[in-house]
Amino acid sequence: MPMEFEYKKLNKQTKMILTILLVLACIIVTYMLDKGMIGTSYTVRIVRISVIYALIGVSMNLVNGFTGVFSLGQAGFMAIGAYSVGVFTIPVADRANVFYLVPMSEKIVNVELSFGTALIMGGLLAAAFAALIGAPVLRLKSDYLAIATLGFSEIVRALIANNQMWPFTNGSLGLKSIPSFNSLFVPVIISVLGIAFMVMLINSSYGRAFKAIREDEIAAEAMGINLFKHKGMSFIISAFFAGIGGGLLAVHLTAIDTNQFKIMVTYELLLIIVLGGLGSVTGTVISAFLISFGKEILRWFDAAHYIGAWQIPIFRPGLRMVIFSLLLMSVVLFWRKGIMGRKEFSWDGIYNFLRKWPWVVKHILSGDYEKASREKRKVKSDGRATDKAGRAQSRLKIKKQKEEDSRAK
Amino acid sequence: MQNNAIEKPNVLRVSDATMQFGGVVALNNLSMEVRKGEIVGLIGPNGAGKTTAFNVITGVYPPTNGAIYLNDEIIVSNYPQGKMKDLYAGENRGKYTKAKTLTPDKITKMQVARTFQNIRLFKDLTVYENVLIAQHVKIRANWLTASLKMNYKEEAEMRRETLRLLEILDLLDVQDSVSSSLPYGKQRHVEIARALATDPKLLLLDEPAAGMNPQESDELMRFVGRIRGDFDLSILMIEHHMQVVMGICERIYVLDYGKLIANGTPKEIQKNPKVIEAYLGVDD
Repeated sequence: MPMEFEYKKLNKQTKMILTILLVLACIIVTYMLDKGMIGTSYTVRIVRISVIYALIGVSMNLVNGFTGVFSLGQAGFMAIGAYSVGVFTIPVADRANVFYLVPMSEKIVNVELSFGTALIMGGLLAAAFAALIGAPVLRLKSDYLAIATLGFSEIVRALIANNQMWPFTNGSLGLKSIPSFNSLFVPVIISVLGIAFMVMLINSSYGRAFKAIREDEIAAEAMGINLFKHKGMSFIISAFFAGIGGGLLAVHLTAIDTNQFKIMVTYELLLIIVLGGLGSVTGTVISAFLISFGKEILRWFDAAHYIGAWQIPIFRPGLRMVIFSLLLMSVVLFWRKGIMGRKEFSWDGIYNFLRKWPWVVKHILSGDYEKASREKRKVKSDGRATDKAGRAQSRLKIKKQKEEDSRAK
Repeated sequence: MQNNAIEKPNVLRVSDATMQFGGVVALNNLSMEVRKGEIVGLIGPNGAGKTTAFNVITGVYPPTNGAIYLNDEIIVSNYPQGKMKDLYAGENRGKYTKAKTLTPDKITKMQVARTFQNIRLFKDLTVYENVLIAQHVKIRANWLTASLKMNYKEEAEMRRETLRLLEILDLLDVQDSVSSSLPYGKQRHVEIARALATDPKLLLLDEPAAGMNPQESDELMRFVGRIRGDFDLSILMIEHHMQVVMGICERIYVLDYGKLIANGTPKEIQKNPKVIEAYLGVDD
């Protein structure tokens, strides 16, 4: 074993094979879950909610983590998407049952849209609302912007429950009989497509402009980036996908009411993106799954437990949330940047993460903690460096070689 | 040489710019010009209004009164309005009647780039990314086509241009370091590289040699001279290091308490009693 750990890259083919294997594994797991070969319908429900939260989480991260705009309006956009899908996909025959107190408005009572159309309409409606409130709200900064967007999401909720809206939204009675997904693949594919689009946006020149705004608004503006336009762009695109996510959520739950889109939902999403890492898409996806599953696993604490005939007094409904909060607090204290920080998943990262441990352990065993932590950090700083610089330098070498060749001729 | 300079066209002309914050007149009636290919210095004691002048030129805030021309085209113009109507303490009231303001990004698009006194790099991003981001100003694709990678040619061009810039400015070896991890002098170079990536004709440098030792500032001087030729630039720089200013600038403007007290060649400025008084004070 060499004295010091060196960053090594996997070759391209290995990475490609690994990626294909991962995608295949995901498809197979989804298929098996869908057909009931593994897990129960309960597991399927958790996976469904996880992928939906992953989509909405990434959309929120686009604004909060990548553009540096502290927006807390996600629940409002979700509500808009959810109600668009809800109102228009309930089968016409069931509508009289759902709108039993105030009959549905005659204008829309016979309008039934397909799930896809309603979903896109919900997204577009959310985006339109974002454009509308973006104009005044995005002129604010940090906490003020958070408060304004938070206010917006409450207004949306109040509007939906408003008396005049009863013929359209059924007000505080909520909507039910929304047809559910006929396959787990539907939410998974929609989420994957949505997240993929946002990743592509982030990797484009516009995504880089978003990051520039996050890093330093004044410098970004001096570099020719129109702050208002780019913030608005990120805000509206984020709202679009939050609307789509809300629509998926409505279909997932099959029954919705305005209380499901309270501020708590936004906080839960905030938790997901902070835990995953502000500015990391893979982090958000991982943490959406972690939190959705974690909350269910912790249900064990809510149940009554006995030692012999004696019931242990602290195990009662509500303990789950106490444990959950404690876990979160420790994560935020000791892992401040979240699971992924601002990094993204890469095979090289995983490979070297696994490879470096023998060195770290060696240094810890020999009592050299400083060296151990230096070794641990090494991957983070050097990893990227060897990667890109190497490529660029070899490219330049080739270029210079060519020039010399042509001169020699 | 003086005559030669006058024949060259104006790149930037500041005309009677006054900037008043509440009751404080930070910049009083500043008129100056930068001609094509010139390196012009803007000096003055602390608090003389140099950075305010930069901020007015780059659109960070509109002047209270006065106008700014770029290539003899008016880009910013203002007159005392609202509260300033009563408060205004500057000169030339009523000379300007048009109000026109542009945001900094629009002015950058008109090929004016700047650096900052307290370095403002995108700290968590690499040098390569910093320079690449600055190319965004030239983008033609919209967000949708850019996301769907339909502008791959443009994207490749941007990346190629970034590498070319980094090569010219000797930053290739640090291109993948996170910009805040670099030494101070290198960070200044990166900031200038980033400004150059927006393809400017006029470059504004705000104290490029601040915090540098004589050797570093010597190097910087050569660097600035070199990029002027390589990139066909006109340069306006604020600087405290007299060695740098006198060594490189063709003309110098001196500000004190927001007012222009002198302008001319370095030799003229060195002898000017008003400048000596502003810098060193005078015996009573």
